[in-house]
Amino acid sequence: MPENRQKYIRNFSIIAHIDHGKSTLADRLIQKSGLLTEREMQEQVLDNMDLERERGITIKAQAVRLIHKDKEGNEYILNLIDTPGHVDFNYEVSRSLAACEGALLVVDAAQGVEAQTLANVYLAIDNNLEVVPIINKIDLPSANPENVIKEIEDIIGIVAEDAPLISAKADINIDQVFDKIIDSVPAPNGDENAPLKALIFDSFYDAYKGVIVFIRVVDGKVKKGTKIKFMATNKEFEVVDVGFFGPGRFISTDELQAGDVGYLTASIKNVRDTRIGDTVTESNNPTNTPFAGYKKVNPMVYCGIFPADGSKYPDLRDALEKLQLNDASLYFEAETSVALGFGFRCGFLGLLHLEIIQERLEREYNLDLVMTTPSVIYNIYMTDGSMIKLSNPSDLPDVTKIQKMEEPIVKAEIILPTEYIGTIMELCQERRGEYVTMEYLEETRATLTYKMPLNEIIYDFFDVLKSRSRGYASFDYELIGYEESDLVKLDIMVNREVVDALSFIVHRSNAYERGRKICAKLKKEISRHQFEIPIQASIGNKIIARETISALRKDVLSKCYGGDITRKKKLLEKQKEGKKRMRQIGSVDVPQSAFMSVLKLDED
Amino acid sequence: MQKSDVGIYIHIPFCKSKCFYCDFNSFHANNGEFEFYKNILIKEISSFEKLKNYNIKSIFIGGGTPTIIPEEYINEILEAIFNYNINRDAEITIEANPGTLTYEKLKNLKSFGINRLSIGVQSLNNKILKNIGRIHTKEEFLKNYEDAISVGFNNINLDLIFSLPDQKFSEWKDTLKNIISLNPKHISTYGLILEEGTKFYEMYQNGNLNLVDDYLDRKMYYYAKEILSINGYEQYEISNFAKSGFESKHNIIYWTMENYKGFGLGAHSYLDGIRSSNTTNFNKYLNSDGEISKLEDYKNILSEKDKIEEFMFLGLRLSKGISIEDFNKKFNKNIYDIYSDVIKNNLNKGLITVTDRIYLTEKGKDISNTVMADFLL
Repeated sequence: MPENRQKYIRNFSIIAHIDHGKSTLADRLIQKSGLLTEREMQEQVLDNMDLERERGITIKAQAVRLIHKDKEGNEYILNLIDTPGHVDFNYEVSRSLAACEGALLVVDAAQGVEAQTLANVYLAIDNNLEVVPIINKIDLPSANPENVIKEIEDIIGIVAEDAPLISAKADINIDQVFDKIIDSVPAPNGDENAPLKALIFDSFYDAYKGVIVFIRVVDGKVKKGTKIKFMATNKEFEVVDVGFFGPGRFISTDELQAGDVGYLTASIKNVRDTRIGDTVTESNNPTNTPFAGYKKVNPMVYCGIFPADGSKYPDLRDALEKLQLNDASLYFEAETSVALGFGFRCGFLGLLHLEIIQERLEREYNLDLVMTTPSVIYNIYMTDGSMIKLSNPSDLPDVTKIQKMEEPIVKAEIILPTEYIGTIMELCQERRGEYVTMEYLEETRATLTYKMPLNEIIYDFFDVLKSRSRGYASFDYELIGYEESDLVKLDIMVNREVVDALSFIVHRSNAYERGRKICAKLKKEISRHQFEIPIQASIGNKIIARETISALRKDVLSKCYGGDITRKKKLLEKQKEGKKRMRQIGSVDVPQSAFMSVLKLDED
Repeated sequence: MQKSDVGIYIHIPFCKSKCFYCDFNSFHANNGEFEFYKNILIKEISSFEKLKNYNIKSIFIGGGTPTIIPEEYINEILEAIFNYNINRDAEITIEANPGTLTYEKLKNLKSFGINRLSIGVQSLNNKILKNIGRIHTKEEFLKNYEDAISVGFNNINLDLIFSLPDQKFSEWKDTLKNIISLNPKHISTYGLILEEGTKFYEMYQNGNLNLVDDYLDRKMYYYAKEILSINGYEQYEISNFAKSGFESKHNIIYWTMENYKGFGLGAHSYLDGIRSSNTTNFNKYLNSDGEISKLEDYKNILSEKDKIEEFMFLGLRLSKGISIEDFNKKFNKNIYDIYSDVIKNNLNKGLITVTDRIYLTEKGKDISNTVMADFLL
């Protein structure tokens, strides 16, 4: 297909709320493309990380090329670019969407539109993508496609009356999805003869090939031997291989051209050279129009990550570096804590992102970690007129030199069944939320909009929201700016020494309660010593809460029955083992679990 | 070749009823079971021919309540042991519980060669005795004690427990004073420890047990140390006090890593660097027909690391602690090459004293577990 080659290409992604059937539909499309036998068909081909399976969400963007013949026998190349579905990964979604001309909006015929779906749809519309609604799970007894179609039209404002009514699971009307993709999603229209201009939308490190860069070619061509340049990092390489994404494997090819989605390798050793969102061009004939729409993502949530075993510090650094190769939004820098030793200050897109990184470090890299309380970034205005962006509470300057402090504010949208409105409004008030609006989506569902300080939602808001709404409320937020706030730094002292890793910034109105809860929690976590240990919470020099761990007066084994030494030794070993996992704060041994326990204050 | 010394432990796992604090290996049984058990026990002793290569320096018949079974059985068991080489001055102890003793029985036990009695008195307050599940009264004990003296036992240990639920300091003082007035040669005092699987534990879980706090516990312990010391009892181990020359030989074997061989249900042994123990399953024991291979269920050949650790934490139970020279000789290593930080730390915290020996300070005895755990490598 020479000049009209691009006419037969469609690049699209799928937008769906968790559980609305995105992976099932992707599987079904792959299967129907006939590229994979039943036997090869792994369940949910796109989600291939353990973690994703367990959480039921897709973390990393991935792509697959499908070959589809329409009724006239024309062969189309359909590139499906998968996107994550969670609010934390907004940026990853945006760069995947930018590689497409269209997006399938999959909505559960029983559940309707959810908050996170909305956010991603708006992102797609902002990227000028053609949004193609698909109503899934029509085989469910509770399916109500008419309602859902109306909801899509009312809320999103796109035509949905001719949306395919399908069941990906039961294989109903999947052909209509193919037809829709071909009819509705625009074909790419890049200039094959212009200088190379390709977008990096993902990359990952492979031990044999080096970094594998996922690209969407907009203009020009790239093949083995092309001297390329990454325009943001200004790094140059010679291409070793290019190819397409077959289901579950890479298919090497001669050349990628305008409109194509594929990969390239170029003996790149460091993922940091391949910034997601960067433009790939030819070294000696660069494009004049690199992508500008990609912003560097700024982490919203920070926390300290320390190895439980201090000697594992280099391992932790290696692991973070490896994760960063595939995750441009993960930020880290070395940090030293008096209490926890050497570790890293890490920045994340949100709490889920934080948890995923934590789990990957623990699982894939076998590291035992101690994390500190997450913090947002505060703007600290000094009396001398300067401004500091503070992400580590320990670094807060002397309060007498601070003129004012600002905290990040988000717009939070919560979609929920109307019966939970009261409960959830109460929750939002507790978290210093400011009511904005409430809109009914239909008789039984509404959207609640609140303005809320980000630091009130980074701990456990999502968990509490889920539990108080029995799992029915969905939630999304976006940063809308900073506002001045009466913030204080709460320090925790163990035996009169400030534990830097436990300091955090909190609104003055919550300081007392949090201080009390933390002291009580630590009292439970720290075992008794030979001396009395005061645990205090303070703001500046003022003590606002106190608990006391009484002195250990006695720690003796009972009678040694018939010379059973083995049992005694086991008891001592257990004691010794416990002590190994302790951090020394002055003369007090603090278990690592104590640092984590303060993250979950509302649990008991 | 000179034979090495060994202590013998005999376990009699029977009791009339279970005391509320007890998690030891003991239970109620009938006469037929006593006899069956005794026969297997004797087979076990006789089939352990290796014992020929040792000199027996002590025998300890413990339980349970050994005095619950007919005394002829005790005699038969002892006879089985006497077939081996037994030192002329061997210490032969039987644990005895008031309520299972008579003048006749005591007289017989003495005649079998038993020269030391260890009586489970626990308290001299009848209300407390009842509340901890003992079957005897203060008066019964006093009668037994008098009988024991009159049949010729002059080496008697009295076991006491303090920090019992609802116990008042004054009651403990009274018990101690009354015990001292009897002038026994040896006194053991243990602070109550709540163990899982006991009646007390169950009561505690249900909120029905009023334990004394650590402050009172230590007050009782310190009072005991003081009054016993004034009355000529030397504390030679964390929980054991004796008149000079009456320290329990058998007890010291445990703390100094000497050889001991246990016979009977769940009995433990330490012989030539190997720790082992018998099954705690009564039926399995009875079905073993006394064959060692069928009744042993745990065996651990101690590594050098194990031996060093045990030498330290067991030795530290003794008031005189461990000898640095003994350590260096026994392990052909300088103790400071292994423990310099641990010794320094505990010395700084005032938990140990270091001379040519290392031993616990009074403060160290209070939290001996903490110190001992530190000596694990």
